[in-house]
Amino acid sequence: MFKYLNPRRFYHAVGKKNFWEFIVLAAFLLFFYGPLLNMFMLAFADIYESPAVIPQEWGLKWWDFVLQQKSLRSSIVQSYMVAIITTICSMVLCIPAAYSIARFKFPGRKLFMLSFLLTNAFPKLGIYTSIAILFYRYNLMGSLPGVVIIHMINSMMFMVWLPASAFRSVHRQQEEAARDVGAGPIRTFFKVTLPMATPGIAVATLYTFLGSMEEAQGTMLVGLARIKTMPVEMYGIILDYPGQAGAVFSILLLIPSIVLIFAMRKYIGPEAIAGGFKMK
Amino acid sequence: MSERNVKLEIRDMSKKYGNGDGVEHINLKIYEGEIITLLGPSGCGKSTILRTLGGFLDTTSGDILIDGKSIIGLPPEKRPTAMVFQSYNLWPHMTVYENLAFGLKLRKRSRAEIDASVQEHLALVSMSGTEKKYPGQLSGGQQQRIAIARSLMLQPAVLLLDEPFSALDAKIRQQMREELKRIQSELQITVVFVTHDQEEAMALSHRIVVMNKGVFEQVGSPTEIYDNPASKYVASFIGEMNFIDKEGKTLAVRPEDVAIVPEGEADVNGTVRMIMVLGHYVEVHVQCGEAVVKCFLDREVSDRLDLGDKIGLKFEKYHMF
Repeated sequence: MFKYLNPRRFYHAVGKKNFWEFIVLAAFLLFFYGPLLNMFMLAFADIYESPAVIPQEWGLKWWDFVLQQKSLRSSIVQSYMVAIITTICSMVLCIPAAYSIARFKFPGRKLFMLSFLLTNAFPKLGIYTSIAILFYRYNLMGSLPGVVIIHMINSMMFMVWLPASAFRSVHRQQEEAARDVGAGPIRTFFKVTLPMATPGIAVATLYTFLGSMEEAQGTMLVGLARIKTMPVEMYGIILDYPGQAGAVFSILLLIPSIVLIFAMRKYIGPEAIAGGFKMK
Repeated sequence: MSERNVKLEIRDMSKKYGNGDGVEHINLKIYEGEIITLLGPSGCGKSTILRTLGGFLDTTSGDILIDGKSIIGLPPEKRPTAMVFQSYNLWPHMTVYENLAFGLKLRKRSRAEIDASVQEHLALVSMSGTEKKYPGQLSGGQQQRIAIARSLMLQPAVLLLDEPFSALDAKIRQQMREELKRIQSELQITVVFVTHDQEEAMALSHRIVVMNKGVFEQVGSPTEIYDNPASKYVASFIGEMNFIDKEGKTLAVRPEDVAIVPEGEADVNGTVRMIMVLGHYVEVHVQCGEAVVKCFLDREVSDRLDLGDKIGLKFEKYHMF
């Protein structure tokens, strides 16, 4: 049985080209999924000492531990709250902006679009520190609105660019046809334009939500110790507890991403994302 | 036909764009139950006029009346017009039924009434049974049929068609033309049609408005425009025409109005350059000095000709510009 695993036998069986492709693929899979696999393994290990490959004792001890920590549970609630508020606020703010960029020609339109790149072009920590100075003045430090604003700044580029390209793909005749059969401008927007742009908006919303769920730097800086989301709590866990607790917590952090990405897999793809970055 | 109702009237209407293009001093009366075509090359202003009728463009000055009432201040949704665009008429996220029912739902009609109207209009455009399909599942021609049905369902005072068939294949285009003509004569509605295709205009219209650079060159029935073009531009735009310079003026003659005669009785003499058999008639090119005159001849006449023959041409009907 084992003789079929002999590399030389395998090499001649599949041919030279396939053999090397197989090796590269195997290395890639190991590199890509190895850490994930390790994390899942650690999450279900009661006792694990570092040089060993496989944990000494399996169990759900650390799940109990994590779920029993009051601060961890409250961080989960807080994370979802911040993410949901951020998503709703940036939809309200950014979708009209995206529509106007897509439909109206005004001077400085391109500059306006590029400006969203600026927040992503500079070192985040520098921006956060200067924002913190402003926030102290307006009493936003350590407050929920302050953290939401920080998260929104991060999501704006996606939230404006992707929906703008989605709106642009709705043909003007399709809006005019709706006006023609008797719909006013507002009804036309909600019945024709918005539904047709929904896939693009959904992708942007997803990124905003997930981005907010995993944002740590700004939340730590602006939230002080009062707003503790899951990624913020994560820092403490990594420092204070064994690796297993961190692994359990990582899986908890992964769940919303996996659920959302799976639910919207139809809309997420290289084309959808690339389409959002077309500048016209 | 002397007491025809004026359905739509354009009074001294102007629409100027920022760059100076546009149309000026447009006056036109469109009668109830007629198909009138605005014909011209792209950029001549024909679509501009149509879009001002539909309410998608505001006018600089002048007035537009339907049934004697001004509609100039009304937005598209309040106008008694319905428009079919060149493409992208339908909403891809709605089924054919939903596309058709949209306008009537806005008007708060009962479910039964909407159902009946959808069925009736699908049958009218020969598309029965497609209610549950999405526009993406239909061909281009079928989509345009649905778009026409949707416009007709609102029982518009005037149906506006903006090059609705120009994105379709030649064969489908011909079919749609016949279909539109049938529907129009069944319903007796007033249609304003815009096209750059002179053949389409000739085939469809009761009257044609030939446009050039924002101006009406000629308004008349297809036969009037073909037989008596008012200007050299109209003559060149509609059908085939030979232009021959004669004493500082231009003589225009249709290929079918050229006859072969003995050299002595001829208007001009020339040499046969090319003979092309095109089925029931023959196209013959005759070199007359610098110019080449194109003639459409019967087979009996052309059979007696050979390349290089010296012949005389007589113009039985012609125009001087």
